Amino acid sequence: MTEKTFDTQSTNGSFSVNKAARHRGELQGASRLLPHWLRNWQTPEVLLRLLSPIALLLLWELASQWGLIPQRVIAAPSQIGGTLWAMIASGELGKHLLVSLQRALVGLSIGVSLGVVAALISGLSKRGEVVLDSPLQMLRTIPSLALVPLFILWFGIGEFTKIALIVVGTTFPVYMNLFAGIRSIDPKLIEAANTLGLSRRELIWHVILPGSLPSFFVGLRYSLGISWLALVFVEQINTTAGIGFLASDARDFMRTDVIVICLLIYSVLGLLIDGLIRTLERFALAWRPTFVRN
Amino acid sequence: MSSIDLLDPSKSAHSAAPVQLRNVVRQFGEQRVIDGLDLDIAPGEFVALLGASGSGKTTLLRSLAGLDSIDSGQLLVPKARAAVFQEPRLMPWKRAWKNVILGLHIPDAKARAVQALTEVGLAHRLDAYPATLSGGEAQRVALARGLVREPKLLLLDEPFAALDALTRIRMHRLIIELWRKHTPAVLLVTHDVDEAILLADRVIVLANGKIAEQVSIDLPRARDTGQPGFQAIRARLLTLLGVEVESAAVVERQAPTSSVRRFAHG
Repeated sequence: MTEKTFDTQSTNGSFSVNKAARHRGELQGASRLLPHWLRNWQTPEVLLRLLSPIALLLLWELASQWGLIPQRVIAAPSQIGGTLWAMIASGELGKHLLVSLQRALVGLSIGVSLGVVAALISGLSKRGEVVLDSPLQMLRTIPSLALVPLFILWFGIGEFTKIALIVVGTTFPVYMNLFAGIRSIDPKLIEAANTLGLSRRELIWHVILPGSLPSFFVGLRYSLGISWLALVFVEQINTTAGIGFLASDARDFMRTDVIVICLLIYSVLGLLIDGLIRTLERFALAWRPTFVRN
Repeated sequence: MSSIDLLDPSKSAHSAAPVQLRNVVRQFGEQRVIDGLDLDIAPGEFVALLGASGSGKTTLLRSLAGLDSIDSGQLLVPKARAAVFQEPRLMPWKRAWKNVILGLHIPDAKARAVQALTEVGLAHRLDAYPATLSGGEAQRVALARGLVREPKLLLLDEPFAALDALTRIRMHRLIIELWRKHTPAVLLVTHDVDEAILLADRVIVLANGKIAEQVSIDLPRARDTGQPGFQAIRARLLTLLGVEVESAAVVERQAPTSSVRRFAHG
């Protein structure tokens, strides 16, 4: 039904597309035999995208059933599902999850608060920058997990060390990003604020803080990722509860199904928290061109 | 020795020039950007400042806006001043009306913002974020933000340069209308000779940090480029700015032959 002409010989040398209007009711070939509702059926995008993961799961299950994948390498999906259900039903999973979440949240809130305070001090005053920035930049380069031996010597192997490690890991991303955000506010906006007669306090409240909020959120996301990472690690040192404990315990008993469940939980929680941050951003940064809808 | 005096409206005599510059010098390193400048602007006077790049226009405006200091001389400006720049410089995180009253400590601020935005024809965009405004709209919000402060001196730093030609014509009309209504003294920095002649009472040509020439424009208002006398002033200013003008263009056109004219109402 489409006619394309690209005539190099002709003198006008034009390219034309001539497309006849297509009617919905028009029937062609074999489709005439299908009932009306089936002909207009369109598979939803989501279902199409789920096809290949489902196929992979099926393959995995079949391979496990036939003994191609031994259980000590990885458990069958059906077994993982069964164990997951049993752990949820017994409340075991909930208990460990709660402990882990609590650790992550306490560590994260302390770390983020410290990062925000430090970034405000060194971002908003030259003197603050001189005092705070260089030591923080030096500390930043130490991987927080490398501090484990020192922290264990200082604080023992209790809860304090675990939270402290999460705090150390989460402070710096927030500090770095918020500091950069404060310093990279458009000087033209600050000039405009000055001609409008804003006081220093108003300048900070109405211009600098809202302007650096996007950078803060970037830092917050990094911190969340790091808190998760630190959690996996610290929960393997002398713990009796938490997802990390569950995983290391399962390792000792070669329970690959439980290990996979722990991995699943980490990824689901990561996704959930990322979604939470996105929602927060949508409200706090409603003015950004990407969020503004006319 | 330098001094910058801020004029307190309660103390000063009403007739005194709100802007007085005496022998003002501003230098960056060895280069004198403003070199012994004397300038008075009368209350309610519309002054346009022309000059090649690097002639000190923007430095002068920044000094008047209080964004830059001077090295010596005397500079007297009213405290009540407002500036509109080439970019609107609105806070992207504040809705239009909040931008207008930013830093203003008055009761009933929202009502004032609504009034100011209505004046610039944006009553329907009160709650818009700057990201959703067009260039012209954003510049009008910036204008409302300046005028809501009832300035005695309004500083305009090439405010129309980034706008398209049609929007610029509308903005010219709007600025004249608002100037008539609020009667601030206006200092307009511009590159556009036509714009300067269309809008200003007086055009000042700045060169090497000094006033090279001043031209009073006494063409009747509601000016347009085809007006008798307009082209003569234009040619003179262009020559002062170092642009050669064909002699034919300088010839006074009593009955304008060109059908394309630029207008400024008010």
